[in-house]
This record gives sequence, structure tokens and C-alpha cells, in this order.
Amino acid sequence: MSILIDKKTRVVVQGITGGEGTFHTQKMIEYGTKIVAGVTPGKGGMTHLGVPVFNTVAEAVEKAGANAAAIFVPPFFAADAIMEAADAGISVIVCITEGIPTFDMIKAKAFLKNRPVSLIGPNTPGIISPGKCKIGIMPGHIHTPGTIGIISRSGTLTYEAVQQVSKMGFGQSTAVGIGGDPIVGMKYIDLLKLFKKDKGTEAVIIIGEIGGTAEEEAAEYIKKEFNKPVVSFIAGQTAPPGRRMGHAGAIIAGGKGTAKEKMEALEAARVLVAKSPAEIGLKVKEALGR
Amino acid sequence: MKIHEYQAKQILSQYGVQIPHGEVVETPAKAREAVERIGRRVVLKAQIHAGGRGKGGGIKLADSPQEAESLAEKMIGMTLVTPQTGPQGRLVKRLLVEEAQDIAKELYLGIVIDRARECAVVMASTEGGVEIEKVAAEHPELIFKEWVNPATGLAGFQARKLAFELGLAGETHKQAVKFISSLFKAFQMSDASLAEINPLIITRAGAVLALDAKMNFDDNAVPRHPEIQAMRDLNEEELLEVEASKYNLNYIKLDGNVGCMVNGAGLAMATMDIIKYSGGMPANFLDVGGGVTEEAVMNAFKILVADKDVKAALINIFGGIVRCDLIANGIVKAAKELSTQIPIVVRLEGTNVDLGKRILQDSGLAFTPAVGMKDAAEKVVALAK
Repeated sequence: MSILIDKKTRVVVQGITGGEGTFHTQKMIEYGTKIVAGVTPGKGGMTHLGVPVFNTVAEAVEKAGANAAAIFVPPFFAADAIMEAADAGISVIVCITEGIPTFDMIKAKAFLKNRPVSLIGPNTPGIISPGKCKIGIMPGHIHTPGTIGIISRSGTLTYEAVQQVSKMGFGQSTAVGIGGDPIVGMKYIDLLKLFKKDKGTEAVIIIGEIGGTAEEEAAEYIKKEFNKPVVSFIAGQTAPPGRRMGHAGAIIAGGKGTAKEKMEALEAARVLVAKSPAEIGLKVKEALGR
Repeated sequence: MKIHEYQAKQILSQYGVQIPHGEVVETPAKAREAVERIGRRVVLKAQIHAGGRGKGGGIKLADSPQEAESLAEKMIGMTLVTPQTGPQGRLVKRLLVEEAQDIAKELYLGIVIDRARECAVVMASTEGGVEIEKVAAEHPELIFKEWVNPATGLAGFQARKLAFELGLAGETHKQAVKFISSLFKAFQMSDASLAEINPLIITRAGAVLALDAKMNFDDNAVPRHPEIQAMRDLNEEELLEVEASKYNLNYIKLDGNVGCMVNGAGLAMATMDIIKYSGGMPANFLDVGGGVTEEAVMNAFKILVADKDVKAALINIFGGIVRCDLIANGIVKAAKELSTQIPIVVRLEGTNVDLGKRILQDSGLAFTPAVGMKDAAEKVVALAK
């Protein structure tokens, strides 16, 4: 089982004719993802990588039956691409783009309110349900089908966790990167709710980092309502305050958003918190008791 | 991105925010001339990217052009140490010479992005002139907040409400409403991440003025504001950080002696963490980007070995899709070109990982290979000792 995406998911790639769009569309097709359309305004009518290209997402929905979108559009145009996908009735939008201005995302999120749409990202490696569907830029081959759900604000650190879990003999039901920006679409709680209902998920790993309060909010939810084992690692235990650590959202501001606060909140919610990033896989084993 | 007080005031005044009359000077003679023009008692304010300037002697009153000149002689070129600069302090290159104010009240006004509510929040407080974090901790009831609807912007009633909560009335209230609305406009139009007026003052004559001003900007949006981009002051930044930014690398200098080069911000932070966990201290944060290239590795290597504090370095690359042989070639090329003596531990993962390891082995250079993060961190910490 998996959440949000499966074998039937039909993906339109926005920005398919660009460099990144081309490279990763090819990789997604190789993985087995159903890429049914591409969108590049002004290039409608052409075929790229064997995929029909349209001028608008609305056309891709109407003519190719797309129900999910992968966005590889440059940062200043990406928030608009998110709104276009939502307006066209796409239900799962995955925005890979890094570097979108915060105010653009604030507007896009206001636009998305009260629409039946799940936004993943931006600034995310994407989402993968091993063996079924991959919408994103993560290396497919390190993932194995299984019962561990992963939610993360990071890219390569998630691959590290995935690999540890795979080596321990546990696979992943779905791994989701929620993005490293201050304003993102789905947050930990939105995804925990889906993992709670998913019969194919036994335990969840939360990979967090400094900045904001999303991990603390997740801890509150876990304490009250989440009934499956949770393991966590928080990156940035040694990060200095006031500095942006690569990700736009990874900053300790006004003494708030430290790794320590987040780890304590999660521990108080009976989450098994790994202090070292090399112990994520071991903690999963411990959590499952086998 | 950060800017100086005088630059923030320039931007704010373009949006109608009231600021004291003043001039920026770079020499004592210019300071004297500025005071002659202003024709009143002035305050000289050292322009550095850090707060707490008054405590370090960075803010002085002058009653005459001559006094201003002799004070400026001491201030320009001084290394100003404040609670926010660290012990090394900051070199003062410019002064803001401003008309001194007759202050009746010191208030606080600030705008930031509320990440949880996903909108801007305007904060006002009657406790001006002190750190707002301190007020928030001790007297949260004295901070008033209005969250801004992204579709409408800050509504008139919200600005009025804040001005009433600050205890203002009559003409001063009217001026404060305009001040708050203008500040929000400046914040939004320039893609700021912080706009802080501390203190916001009410003069004895009833005028509402920004006595100090601080603005930070959303780095992602700065490229679409060339006039703000031009305000970047490289003198205020760490030399190696400026160098790294030229290559689009995320680099932050830290206090330890174990260097690290990693792809991806989360993994880079986790690598720092595991270095500490293994008994060492990280010398830096260095993210070469998730989709690491040979060129990025070359440049990152230069930055890493240029730091004299680094006693050993860890290269931790989880390539995934990226080919390890390309990364290995980049590392070998950089190490040969820079002929560094620093011991280097390399941990590679990704496509063609075996080929990558062979390239490192066959290079004739003394790389220490590692398997997994724990092994890598333990090895590099041992080498740094």
C-alpha cells in the first residue's frame, strides 16, 4: 500500500522541455511512472521523450487525463505553475523547484485553500512509492517496497535514511520530501494522517531540521492521535543561531527552532529520536521490536 | 540578505515611512559638513550589520560640527565590538549623521513571516528600545499582533487597531497608522523577511519617526530587486563565505577543526552533527548542492583547504543518481591541483560507487575511504586530533 500516489497515477510534467525537466522525466519513465503529458507554454503540439506537450495544464488534464503534476519550472514562475495545476483540477502537485520567493508561496498557498489538492514541496526531492510510482528526483534504485513511511524536509539526508532502512531489511511504503522552504504545502501532520489510515504502513520516520515549529506540531499530533511507532532524526544540532543552513527554512530565529526543542518535543510524544544520523535504521528496528 | 541602517531608511522613506533627517558620511570632514547643513545637535551612528552598537561606543551625540568631526575621527576605522558581533568585532567604514530627537516615547514595530500561519505578521509593542525577544519572554501581553491576509494586504482597521494598542491618540495616532501601513508596503514590495523599527519614537512635538531601522531580505527574491542586491556589503561577510557564494556554494564558517564537504543541506547538517557526536567539532557547513557536479567539488575543495583551522576533512557525498566516478575525478583533480597536506576521509554513495572508490585508490593520493557516516566521522575526528 502507499499514500497519495500508486500505479494508476497519471503525471503531467510542467517544464518538461527544460534541462532538469528532461533529465528527470526520463528517469521517472525508466522507473515506471506513468508520464502522460508535459506542459511548456508555447510548445504545445510537440512530442518530447515520447510524451505529448501541451500549452496549459488544463489541456493536459482534459486530453491526457493527468491527475498529478511534477513541477520543474524556474523559481520566479513556479508559484504560478502550482496555481495553474490546482486550477486545472490536479489533485497531487509535486513542486521540485528550489528558490521560490516566500511571498510567492504565501500567495500560492492562499490560492490553494479550500481546493481539493495536495501540494508536496517546493524545494523537495518529491514522493516515491517504491515499485509503483516516483514523482521527483530521488534515486529510485535505493528504495525497496515495504512498510516504513518516511516524511522529511531534506533530500540527500532522506536517501541516507532510506538506504539504512533498506539495508536493515525494511522497505518503504511511501517516502515524501515535504521541502526545505519556510512555506511548504503538506506538513508532517497532513502526511501522518494519511499514514495512519494506510494499512501498508507499520511505522513512520520523521526527518526534521532546525527552523520553524513543524516538528513540534507533529509531536503534539503524535501524542494525541497517532497509533503507530515513530522514529525521528533532527538535523542541525550543531548549527549556529541566525544563519540559514542551505535550506531557506533551516534557520534558528530569535532563539526559536532549535534541534534541542524539537527533539525534546518528539521524545515527549514517545517518538524514538536518533541522536546520530547513522542510527536511524537501528531505531526503526528497535521501534518495531524485531 | 542584510543591509545597513542607512540603506533600510532609504528604502523605507521611498514608501512614506517617516525617518529623521540625516546623511551618510565616510570621512570626519564630511561629518562636519553634514552637521553644518543639519544645523542642530546630531547623533553619529556607526554603520555595521549588527545590533547593540550603543553598548560598544558606536553611537555618540555631537553638539557642534567640530565635535562631530573629532568624534568621527575616532569612530571611522574603529573595530566595533557589540554583543552581536562576536569578539572580533566589525570595522566601521561609514557613519549615519542624524538630527538628534527630543523623545517622548519609545515603541516597537516589526514585521516578519509567520511560518506556521503562512502569512506576514505585524507586531507592535509599547516596550521600545529593548530586545523584542526579551519582551516576548517576560511580557508577552505587551506585544500586539495583526496577521496579514495575503489577498488584501494589511487592512486599514488593523493598522488603526495597532496604533490604538500602542496608546496613541489624535494626530499622533493618525501619523502612526500611516507609518504602519507604509512599513508594511515597504516590507511586501521589497520581499523583506524582516522589517524592524526599534525604537519607533514619538517626539515631544508629536511626530512619529523610525529612530532605528533594520531590514533583512528573502534571499530567493533578492535577484528580482537589483537595487536591493546592489546594497549587499561584502565587507560585512566572512571572506570565505563571500568566495563560496561566487560559486553558488552554501558555506558557513564555524569554530571547530574538522572540515566537511557534503551534498545537500540536510545531510550537511547531519554530517556536522555526527562529527560532534563522534567527539570532534565541525569547522564549517558546506553544501555543494544535491545534484553535485565535478566543478562544484573543485570549488568547494578550494574553500575547504583555504580555512587554516581545518586539521582534517570529511567528504560525504550521497550521489544517488549522480555518478560517483565523476565525483571521484573531481576530488582527485582538486587534491592534485591544490597539493593539500590535510588528511581527507571520503565517503561516497551512489551510481558507480565501486568505480569511484577505485579512482580514489589509484590516484596515489592518501585518501582514507570510509563506509557509512559513522565510520567516516570516527575516522576524520581521529585524524584531526
